Amino acid sequence: MKLLEGQIRIPSGCAISAVISTEGERMSGADIVESMRPMHDRSNGLGGGFAGYGIYPEYKDFYALHIFFDNAAVRQECESVLKESFEIVKAEPVPTLKMPEITDEPIIYRYFTAPLASRMRDAQLDEREFVARIVMSVNASMKGAYIVSAGKNMGVFKAVGYPEDVGRFYRLEEYSGYSWIAHGRYPTNTPGWWGGAHPFAILDYSVVHNGEISSYDANRRFIEMYGYKCTLQTDTEVIAYIADYLLRRQKLTLKEFASVVAAPFWSTIERMSEEDKRICTYLRTVYSGLLVTGPFSIVLGFEGGLMALNDRLKLRSMVTAKKGDRVYIASEEAAIRKIAPDAGDVYAPTGGEPVIVKVREGRY
Amino acid sequence: MEADFFYPEFEVVRNDIKCTRCRVCERECANGVHYYSESGKVMLSDDTKCVDCLRCVAVCPVHALKIVKSNCNFRDNANWSNETIKEAVKQAGTGGVLLSSMGNPKDYPVCWDKILINASQVTNPPIDPLREPMETRVFLGKKPSNTPRDAEGKIICDIPPQIELSMPVMFSAMSYGSISYNAHKCLAEASEKLGICYNTGEGGLHENFFKYGANTVVQVASGRFGVHEEYLKAGVAVEIKMGQGAKPGIGGHLPASKITGDVSRTRMIPEGTDAISPAPHHDIYSIEDLRQLVYSIKEATAYAKPVIVKVAAVHNIAAIASGIARSGADIIAIDGFRGGTGAAPTGIRDNVGIPIELALAAVDRRLREEGIRNDVSLIAGGSIRNSTDVIKAIALGADACYIATAALIAMGCHLCRNCQSGKCNWGIATQRPELVRRLDPEAGCARLVNLMTAWRREIREFMGGMGINSIEALRGNRLMLRGIGLNAKELEILGIAHAGE
Repeated sequence: MKLLEGQIRIPSGCAISAVISTEGERMSGADIVESMRPMHDRSNGLGGGFAGYGIYPEYKDFYALHIFFDNAAVRQECESVLKESFEIVKAEPVPTLKMPEITDEPIIYRYFTAPLASRMRDAQLDEREFVARIVMSVNASMKGAYIVSAGKNMGVFKAVGYPEDVGRFYRLEEYSGYSWIAHGRYPTNTPGWWGGAHPFAILDYSVVHNGEISSYDANRRFIEMYGYKCTLQTDTEVIAYIADYLLRRQKLTLKEFASVVAAPFWSTIERMSEEDKRICTYLRTVYSGLLVTGPFSIVLGFEGGLMALNDRLKLRSMVTAKKGDRVYIASEEAAIRKIAPDAGDVYAPTGGEPVIVKVREGRY
Repeated sequence: MEADFFYPEFEVVRNDIKCTRCRVCERECANGVHYYSESGKVMLSDDTKCVDCLRCVAVCPVHALKIVKSNCNFRDNANWSNETIKEAVKQAGTGGVLLSSMGNPKDYPVCWDKILINASQVTNPPIDPLREPMETRVFLGKKPSNTPRDAEGKIICDIPPQIELSMPVMFSAMSYGSISYNAHKCLAEASEKLGICYNTGEGGLHENFFKYGANTVVQVASGRFGVHEEYLKAGVAVEIKMGQGAKPGIGGHLPASKITGDVSRTRMIPEGTDAISPAPHHDIYSIEDLRQLVYSIKEATAYAKPVIVKVAAVHNIAAIASGIARSGADIIAIDGFRGGTGAAPTGIRDNVGIPIELALAAVDRRLREEGIRNDVSLIAGGSIRNSTDVIKAIALGADACYIATAALIAMGCHLCRNCQSGKCNWGIATQRPELVRRLDPEAGCARLVNLMTAWRREIREFMGGMGINSIEALRGNRLMLRGIGLNAKELEILGIAHAGE
C-alpha cells in the first residue's frame, strides 16, 4: 500500500511562479498555467497546483471552501458538519476536464459559506479564527474529507500531475483573478493523495514553496502549541501556519514576518541602525522557534497581494520582473519570459529579502 | 578488626631502574602514598592510600610510575559484587553512611549513546561553516506571548530579562568551598572570554569575583550561604537550587575542614563550622511557596534578572516542571541523575533520580502540550559530556546545557571521585593552599576556553551537516535524531523515531 501524505515526510524539489496586477486588473488563469510549461523538468508529475485571488467577485463576501472528498458518503457527513457552523449559500462541483493525464480524482466540491453569527458568539471567537478552527478540525479528524482552501474571493486548485495538466484539468482559463500563484512538485516519494499537492492554504493565505527546510520539526513543534495541527508533514503546511500565526494572530507586518522566518544574521543586525537593531533583536528573540532554515523560496498569497521570500542564504533560485502593472515571480526567468517576453527589471532578491507586492487600495 | 582490611584497590607500579629518587611523587601526593626508604635508598608506596588520581604518574619526570587496578578480590559472585561486599564491611566497621563524589558511575543505559544525528543529502544542501555564518547565540528567559505596539504602530521592544550566551553551554553550579579559589577564577575568566556564564553554586561570591558579574549566575540554595542584596544583584541571573541530580531529595554538607578564611567570609558562617544545607528550603514546602521566593528575588533585584529554578530529574519531572513554569520562573534547569557532586551518600547518588535524556524530553513535551514552553527556557545538565551530547540535548528541546564535570576535566580533574576528602592533588576540590596553588588560573582558564571553542566548532560542523545555520532551528527539532537499540517505550518518551524509520 502506498503511504499517504502525512504518514511519512516527503521531501520535494519544486517550481514556483506567480503574477499579480498592482492595478487589480483581472487576468485569465491561462497565463499562469503557461508560465509553468518551461519549468516542466522541475516537477516530476507528482503534484501541481494553483491559487487564484479575485476569482469569485460575485461571492466575495463568502468563504469559498474547496473540498476533496473520497466518496459521496463522506461528502454528506462533511456537509452536515459544516451546516452546524455555516450558512451555505451555494454548493457545486468544481468544474473539471476529463483527461488522460489526470486520473484518480476525488470528488471536488466548492461551497460559498457564511459563518453563523450565533455559533461564533457561543465560541467567543472572531470570524476568521472561527473559520480557521473548523477547517483544521475537519482536516485533522474527518477521514476522507479535506478542505483545500477556505478564503474569501480566492481558491486553490491542485492535483497529482504536471502543473500544466492540472491547470487544464481545472479549466483555469475560465477564471480571472488579480493574482495567481502556481506550483509544480518534485517529491522524492509517490504521494498517494491530492491533498499533499501545493499550494497549501489557510483562510486567505496560500503558500507555494520550493525547498526542504531543515528546521521543520522545530517549527512544527512550536506552531502546534498554538492550536495548529500539521497533518501533512510538509514544509509548505508549516510555513502557511507560521504565516497565519504571525500575520493574523500576532499582527506582525509582512516585513516583520520575513525578519522572523528568514531572520538577518546577528552579524548583519549588529550593523543596523539602533531602531532596526532593536526590532530585529526583539523578533529573533521572541519568535526564535519560527526561524526557518534550509533552502526555500516561497510565494505567500493573501487578499490584495503577494510576498516572495528566499531563505537567509538564498539556497534556491527565484527572480522577479515587472511589466506595466504586472509583477512576476518565478523559480526561473524562463517562466516569466514565456508569458511576458519583454518584462523588465529582472531582479534576483537576496537571501531573506522580502519582495512585497500589493494591489492598489480599493482595486481588489 | 582483620575483617576490615582489604587489599588496596590500586597498586603503584614503579620502574625502579628508571626511578631517579627525585621524590617529586612524594611531594605531590597529598594522600601520602609515596615515601623514601633511607635504609634501602629506594622509593616505596603505601598503596592503601592511593585513590588513582594519577597525579604522580603525570609529574614523574622519567615516567617511572603507573597505577593499576589490583586483582586481589573477594571470590567472584554475580550477586555479591566486590564493591557490595566492601560497602557492607565498611558499614559494619563504622556504622556510617557511605559517601562518594562526582557522578553516578554505575552501568545505567546512556541514551545519548543510542541516539544518532541526521545530515543533509541531495534534497537539501549541507552548509559549510567555514564559508557561511553559523550562529550559536542563544537567549534564555521568558518570551512574551504577543507583540504590543505603540500609538504609531511601532513594536514596543520590551522583553523580560534574558541571559545572552554566545553558545548554548554554561558552567554549572560548583560552590567556592567545594572547589578552590583558583578553580572559580578559571571558570569566571573563561566565561568572560567565551561570552557564557558560570554559576557560583551555594557558596556565595568571593569579593574579587564581583567584576565577572556579566558572566555570573548567582545561586540561592537551602542553606542561603553568602546570600545578601549585593550578591543577588551581582550576576546576570539568580538560580534557586531546589535539587541536584547527584543527590535528589537531600541537602549538602561542606565539612568544617573546608570552611577556612575566605570561604568562611564568603559563605558568611564562622570558620571551622560545618556548612549544612537542609534537604528542603524551609520556606518552600510546596509550589505556592516557590512562587513567593521567585517573586521575593525578583523584587529584590528590581525585575532585572531572570530567575532560574534548578531541580533534580525525578520521576514526576514533567508535572514538576510545568508547575515551576507557572510559578514565575524564567528558566528551568533540570539536572539528571548522572550529574556530579562534591559529596553525596553513595546509595542516593547511584539510585535516586532519572536520566536527563528522558527527563528533558518529557518536560519539553509537557510544556508544549500545555502551551507554556515559550514562558520558560530549559537548561539540561547531568551529564553532558561533549559537543554531541549538547547537539542531542538541544534537538530534544533544551535551550542550553549545563556542564561541570567536563569543565573540571579541562582544569585537570582525573575523575578519581574523592572530592569529599578535600585532598585534591589537582588543586580543584580542595582548600589547602599548597594544593590550590597547583591549579594555575591562567592555564586553567585557557584550557576551559579551548574546550568550549572545540565544542563550538564541532557544534557548527554538526549544524552545517544538518543544513541548519542557527541553533534555534535545532531546538526541539527531534526529526534530526534517530534512536539505535532503544526500545519502543524509550523512543516514545524521547519523541524520536528509530534509525531506518
